[in-house]
Amino acid sequence: MVVDQEAAVTVSQKTSPFWDGIRRLKRNRMAMVGLVIISIFVLCAVLAPWIAPHDPLDPSLPHTLQEPSPANPLGRDELGRDILSRILHGARISLSIGLISVAIGALIGVPIGAISGYYGGKIDLIVQRLIDIMLAFPGILMAIVIVSTLGVGLRNVMIAVGIVSIPIYVRLVRGSVLQVKEQEYISSARALGSSNLRIISRHILPNCLGPIIVQSTLQIATAILWASGLGFLGLGAQAPTPEWGTMLSRGRVFIRVAPHVTIVPGLAILLSVMGFNLLGDGLRDALDPRLKR
Amino acid sequence: MWQYVLRRLILTIPVLIGVSLLVFAMVRLVPGCPAVAIAGVHATPEFVEQVRRDLGLDRPLHTQYFIFVGNLLRGDLGVSTRTGRPAATEIWDKFPNTVELAMASTLVASVIGIIAGVISATRQHSIFDSGSMLVALFGVSVPVFWLGLVLMLLFAVTLDWLPAGGRGGTIEYLILPAITLGAASAAIIARMTRSSMLEVLRQDFITTARAKGLRERIVTYKHALKNALIPVVTIIGLQSGILLGGAVLTETVFAWPGVGRLMVDSIMARDFPVVQGAVLLFAVCFVFVNLFVDVLYSFLDPRIRYE
Repeated sequence: MVVDQEAAVTVSQKTSPFWDGIRRLKRNRMAMVGLVIISIFVLCAVLAPWIAPHDPLDPSLPHTLQEPSPANPLGRDELGRDILSRILHGARISLSIGLISVAIGALIGVPIGAISGYYGGKIDLIVQRLIDIMLAFPGILMAIVIVSTLGVGLRNVMIAVGIVSIPIYVRLVRGSVLQVKEQEYISSARALGSSNLRIISRHILPNCLGPIIVQSTLQIATAILWASGLGFLGLGAQAPTPEWGTMLSRGRVFIRVAPHVTIVPGLAILLSVMGFNLLGDGLRDALDPRLKR
Repeated sequence: MWQYVLRRLILTIPVLIGVSLLVFAMVRLVPGCPAVAIAGVHATPEFVEQVRRDLGLDRPLHTQYFIFVGNLLRGDLGVSTRTGRPAATEIWDKFPNTVELAMASTLVASVIGIIAGVISATRQHSIFDSGSMLVALFGVSVPVFWLGLVLMLLFAVTLDWLPAGGRGGTIEYLILPAITLGAASAAIIARMTRSSMLEVLRQDFITTARAKGLRERIVTYKHALKNALIPVVTIIGLQSGILLGGAVLTETVFAWPGVGRLMVDSIMARDFPVVQGAVLLFAVCFVFVNLFVDVLYSFLDPRIRYE
């Protein structure tokens, strides 16, 4: 009897598309490397106040631009602040920017894409022309425009990057909805008297979740890159906030005498972005069979 | 063919109107008075008043928009609050430098991307394949401004092989900025070429070509690559967005006197006429490059025209 139950569990796992996807993901070594990198950064972000050896904002003028040493493994910056502590606290900022801006993009873009694809007609036409206009601006350029309009600062960077992500979600979800809405089970739901809102939220969107998850993971990587770019240009977080792009920008003046001040924050950006890209690629292969290579 | 081009051109008009609306709205959405934003915070009240009159800020919004578009069509973007010169002149002076950098980066990205992609596909699962795809992952993940600084540190500061920045008029000044700006695109082109080549290499006509006894080199370059390049051409064209966005950062790193750097400097100085003009120019370039890519693609693959 016990054996039968185990067999039943195994069979149900084998036939579930979700578990099938997870198993495919687990087998993808590069995706697992990405997951490990992201986990490390998440741990750093969560534990930063406890594991950072120094106060990230505490200057020490006698020790400016000091090279890495046992007391300061990543050295000190132009104001003598401990770079390791600033990187650990910076992880909080970069991950928050990534998550919040992607949430803004998804929360606005997904419903618009779903409505546009589901209703079609004039609504679709208007939405698509508006998206065409937004896409007429290269991504980071649009973010620069928004920040220069709203004013510099971390909050406006998140809003800007979020707004720039909206058309990506609208296009993605619209495409998925157009495919799903022709399926028989949607006709059945309609025949049973389900409202349009119910059909979209209960039947269509759950079936578009795979591509949304994949896109969101890759979009976090892009958001971190764009936000650090804005920080580098002086449009993002303002000093003394330990944001990686801003740190890198302030350190570049001293690149000849103290390259570690520039190299270390750049490596943090590179590794975190790489982590999300690896996981995103893996998730795409595992969850989105249409894009499977 | 011409019908398709005409249709695509007509579709561009609403996009361009939308772009002009967004650029128009930009200054109006700045917290505070738009006239002060355009005249600059240090402007005299008389000058602010003059800007207010010129922009027609006391008139209805739609009238203001028509004045804006009218000026735009005459090539009048206003006057730079930093230099006092016409904003259009400021931008046009810098535009050739940005075009030069963008074209050099496209060349670098296409050559490196296609060669790496083809070799990876023909030696699938080899060390070269894994290595080049790892480098491609690095390329799409690396912050362009950091890559620029690292290359500068290595080749200009440490080895002293190339100049660290500026535009001296010789090709040496172009090498580092072009590689920096082209890195991400090279990575994307390499990935695309590889997957496109792998798909083509599996097709029957390739087996036939091999069965005929053709040399592998002929099969790869004459038969497979020619067909695999169609989607790659589109990808190369679509990289213009990355290039234009990246140009803002790359030009800042290498003190390259282009429109991107001008835009950043103007944002810092709240010189809105120049910012508006630069944004408009970037968007219009992007729209027309995309249009060109669409038309080129329909020329390469006639099925597109009938869809």
